[in-house]
Amino acid sequence: MTVKHTMLAGLSAVGLIVAGGLAYAAGQYGPGATDTEIKIGNTMPYSGPASSYGIIGKVDAAYFAMINAQGGINGRKVNFISRDDSYSPPKTVELVRQMVEQDKVLLIFNSLGTPPNMAIHGYLNDNKVPQLFPATGADQWNDPKHFPWTMLWLPSYSTESHIYARYILKNLPNAKIAVLYQNDDYGKDYLNGLRDGLGAKANMIVATQSYETSDPTVDSQIVALQASGADVLLIAAIPKFAAQAIRKVYDIGWKPTEFLNSVANGVGTTMKGAGLEKGVGVISAAFFKDPTDPQWQNTPEYKEWLAFMNKSGLSANVTDNQSVVAYSFVQTMVAVLKACGNDLTRENVMKQAASLHQLKLPMLLPGITLSTSADDFNPIKQMQLEKFDGKTWNLFGEVVSASGS
Amino acid sequence: MHLFLQQVFSGLASGAIYASLALALVMIYRATDLVNFAQGEMAMFSTYIAWMLVNAAVPFWAAFALTLVISFIGGMIIERVVIRPVENAPVLAAVVVTIGLLLIFNALAGWLFTYTLQEFPSPFPDRPLFGALLTSRDLGVIAVTLVMLALLFVFFRFTTIGLAMRAAAQNPASARLCGIRVGRMLTIGWGLAAAIGATAGIMVAPILFLDPNMMGGVLLYAFTGALLGGITSPVGAVIGGLIVGVTENLVGTYLIASQLKLTVALILIVIVLVFRPNGLFGTAIVRRV
Repeated sequence: MTVKHTMLAGLSAVGLIVAGGLAYAAGQYGPGATDTEIKIGNTMPYSGPASSYGIIGKVDAAYFAMINAQGGINGRKVNFISRDDSYSPPKTVELVRQMVEQDKVLLIFNSLGTPPNMAIHGYLNDNKVPQLFPATGADQWNDPKHFPWTMLWLPSYSTESHIYARYILKNLPNAKIAVLYQNDDYGKDYLNGLRDGLGAKANMIVATQSYETSDPTVDSQIVALQASGADVLLIAAIPKFAAQAIRKVYDIGWKPTEFLNSVANGVGTTMKGAGLEKGVGVISAAFFKDPTDPQWQNTPEYKEWLAFMNKSGLSANVTDNQSVVAYSFVQTMVAVLKACGNDLTRENVMKQAASLHQLKLPMLLPGITLSTSADDFNPIKQMQLEKFDGKTWNLFGEVVSASGS
Repeated sequence: MHLFLQQVFSGLASGAIYASLALALVMIYRATDLVNFAQGEMAMFSTYIAWMLVNAAVPFWAAFALTLVISFIGGMIIERVVIRPVENAPVLAAVVVTIGLLLIFNALAGWLFTYTLQEFPSPFPDRPLFGALLTSRDLGVIAVTLVMLALLFVFFRFTTIGLAMRAAAQNPASARLCGIRVGRMLTIGWGLAAAIGATAGIMVAPILFLDPNMMGGVLLYAFTGALLGGITSPVGAVIGGLIVGVTENLVGTYLIASQLKLTVALILIVIVLVFRPNGLFGTAIVRRV
């Protein structure tokens, strides 16, 4: 009896060791992941000049909380560590190092802003920590060859320019194009994207003018662009300067076909600032459902989003585009983590993020899906054009891809 | 030719913006012998006060008047509370204090009113004039700037309090011996400068749009204008502001790329300081030591 018992005990002990050893050998967990928890790091400007974007972090946190309440992702609760960097890159670096080295997060998700993300780009790639879906549309996040640990999410600025270029080539083949752009990486991404998109016909661009964010107005630049004889104007500017540009174009009696970058196509900010009647006919691009657009407000997708917002105490932000974008950001993150199954290593997270296949998200425009591959870290490549009618934006035409047919 | 005219006139329009803030800088310099780096942010903050009043359904001109009164009082309080303690300290200390004020007002406005762009109503109709060379808003800014200039000119030249203020700023000891209450003059000077700044802010907000960083870029051009015209001369400040506005447009259009517009302003500052430190209309202040 005792021998038998000892044998049994011994066998089961061996069994346990083997099972444990197998699990270990399979390398199921990277830093920040356990049987019960997935730790995710994030930086947000909850204070400072960009604090209006802080809502993105709040929506992220609320959505993870909801997922946790529903039982988590494959049984694991998300521990979302979101800290305030005030949009200050040195602070971002400090916080991210702390999250990676002390909190030991599995990955950094949805940190906001081009300069803060640039500041941690090298560090995260050197240390092989995933930098997933930053809340910025700069083209440099899509460079899997040199930065295999960073992945874009927003349609990149040049994606959008490509879409404008395709529209111009098709509908305004004899256009003379003028471009107003902000003199930094963001503005130049738009300009270079347009040149790229026009390809052999890049000489359709007859004039470019840039501005600095310290300039009081862009009136002088608009006057110079008009003098070039252009009949198409692309405005790659943040709301303040976009509004000034649209107003000045109208005031000096210039009537080009105007394209306005989606970064600044808020009705409440840019269009109202410029004067609603002055922006009639302006063309822009969209990829998600505008929460103020009545055509979506009776759909189940909108109602579900609204219910989530209300339940999370974010009712004040239900007209804010950023809350829709954040909702889609965090749903993508959850989809990737779900796909990881029980293999929560940093390598597998990147592998799954790079294996999205026509992922549909409820608050993106119908027809727009996310796809990635090992050499394509640019998930959203489609947008739909929209035109301003003096009150709101109206979508027109089909969903357009940046390239291909 | 049309391009040239367009650039000149839009230069005049932005020049008027610089000139209105430059006037406030001159005001404070003449009244207190100090350069106030927080002038732009104080003007921005005053504009937010006007914006709140307008949003609370106060009629525009009433809100305007009320804002001037509030700013006047606010300016005086700032002088009493923050500037007075460093009155006898080296000038650098006062400069640092005004830079501190700049940061405080900027952050405070962001915290109270958020960094979202706000639309600000204009008291002037929005119509293109002279074959679309100017809008009636631009003309309104120019007109208000000229009225402020006239008032300041009269104030400093013909009123007792204006003269007393000049004396108090330029030679506090002698002024005090003549029976001028120097401390009170300095306080009133800050109040008036704040009110002039508020006027400038309210006039330019419909054009620049209201946000906590509205005056950041403007302040630098206003400094250039004030220096070019002579920091002691209100007339000089206005002419200097207009010259800066037109020069940056013409140089930006015909000589160099528009990326370098800000550089033009900085080069102007250096040229003025090196070759004519008193500016075009300023008077050299001679001190006996």
